[in-house]
Amino acid sequence: MTMTKLIPLSEAIAQHVHDGDTVYAAGFTHLIPFAAGHEIIRRGLRDLVLARATPDLIYDQMVAAGCARKVIFSYMGNPGVGSLRIVRAEIEAGRLEWEEYSHFGMISRLQAGAAGLPFMPMNPTAATDLERANPLIRRVKDPYSGREVITVPALNPDVAIVHVQRADVNGNAHLWGIIGEQKEVAFAAQRVILTAEEIVDEAVIRSDPNRTLIPGFIVDAVCHVPYAAHPSYAQGYYDRDNDFYLKWDKISESTESVRSYLDEWVYGVKDRDEYWQKLGAETHARLQVPPRLSATVNYGEY
Amino acid sequence: MSQPAYSSAELMIVNAARLLRDGDVVFVGVGQPNLACNLAKRTHAPNLVMIYEAGVIGAEPARLPLSIGDPTLVSGALSVVSMYDIFANYLQRGNVDVGFMGGAQIDKYGNINATVIGDDYAHPKVRLPGSGGSQEIAAWANRCYLMTPHQKRRFPEKVDFMTSAGFLDGRASRLATGVRGGGMLAVVTDIGILEPDEHGELILTALHPGRTAQEAIENTGWALKTAPNLRITEPVTENELRILRQELDPGGIYLKGG
Repeated sequence: MTMTKLIPLSEAIAQHVHDGDTVYAAGFTHLIPFAAGHEIIRRGLRDLVLARATPDLIYDQMVAAGCARKVIFSYMGNPGVGSLRIVRAEIEAGRLEWEEYSHFGMISRLQAGAAGLPFMPMNPTAATDLERANPLIRRVKDPYSGREVITVPALNPDVAIVHVQRADVNGNAHLWGIIGEQKEVAFAAQRVILTAEEIVDEAVIRSDPNRTLIPGFIVDAVCHVPYAAHPSYAQGYYDRDNDFYLKWDKISESTESVRSYLDEWVYGVKDRDEYWQKLGAETHARLQVPPRLSATVNYGEY
Repeated sequence: MSQPAYSSAELMIVNAARLLRDGDVVFVGVGQPNLACNLAKRTHAPNLVMIYEAGVIGAEPARLPLSIGDPTLVSGALSVVSMYDIFANYLQRGNVDVGFMGGAQIDKYGNINATVIGDDYAHPKVRLPGSGGSQEIAAWANRCYLMTPHQKRRFPEKVDFMTSAGFLDGRASRLATGVRGGGMLAVVTDIGILEPDEHGELILTALHPGRTAQEAIENTGWALKTAPNLRITEPVTENELRILRQELDPGGIYLKGG
């Protein structure tokens, strides 16, 4: 019998996220850990460096709530909708520091961090303006061919927050669908907080070991938080709330409406369960997805 | 038979779709590029392989995806891989034929700006979303295309910030960098099509039915040259419009405009 890492999300955030930390809340459109973002806002954490390839609404909200000193990103938009208004306005006003890469640069930083390497090489792209704007993007000579390659430094966040479909109490985690950068972030970070739609028996994990992208021994806390990704989604569990992504475009037009959103939906609820209940039956029904099962895999009895 | 009525968006999507070849592996963006690719797949290019920067290969979306990471792209796809894999093994390795680009500005040599408006990166007048996948797609896809309304502010002589490389300041300068992709090979607008000449300069090579070279010149920020053998694009067909309106975007989210 192993020790459980299962604790409430509020405790996990209290124990593992501190003012000034570099935080990477993982997930490319999929499995974005909004519940953890909201918990960080409720705790009133400050001066965070928020890293994400796509800051998405989660960082727009955290920046609006005053949690961030800096953002590190590679695409700062409301995906499929347009501008990420708050992060953009703060940058344009000179109130928020930023550090920018292409997607491949950002992900290469995590890959280096995950592999314990100091940097990662990439082929040059002929577009050199970002390299001039960001002094951390450099060039070295390939010792074999003598040609130049671009390098980006390892990113090793203080904390990674990763939402998964299912995990056991030790943090062995199954995820499927778009798997973005979750594995890389988990290996790159100093501390890993896992939130999961379902907590399952270790036997479920062992029934399909190829699907385990994150091993429990690199995980610090496991939190059972159904619907933690809303308005993002969990493949097979619930749909992306595209209506809300469109709605945020309007909400984020004014400071007042952002404030009242945060008051009602973040400060005004105690946890994700209350948030989800508050969304109501109509939203629950709208985000429901019919099942589409994969063919079974036979690992064989040896 | 009378010519069907269509929007500028529909005109651009149809003409972009026709640039795709059967069997192409195409890096798809959301919105209009997604419609162009799906239209091509349902007409002349049934073997088109659509890949998305979220890591999805061979997607067959059952509904119109709002975002690049929509779950409909995953269900029924050939493969789903990590972001590192999609950019490294698929794009950097040279396994992508076509990249669809977007951006606020495209200049005379097909360079793209999706980062900042104004000449001071540190104090941006307008902060745009940034590269996303486009810096590498522009470099490493074999052929790059772009769709945009034909407006002077979108076509400056030189971009404020070069997020993604076209031909830099001429075809030879891109060649000298040794990047593998063929660069910006066509810009589809609501007036016509621009393609690079032997120096890599974008020139007007085609007009849509009813449009004039003068309109294109007036809406371009540099002295736009016209190809000697300027062609007229094939009219949009009833079938193309039917697929777009009834099958791909019944809500008209991306088809309106113009």
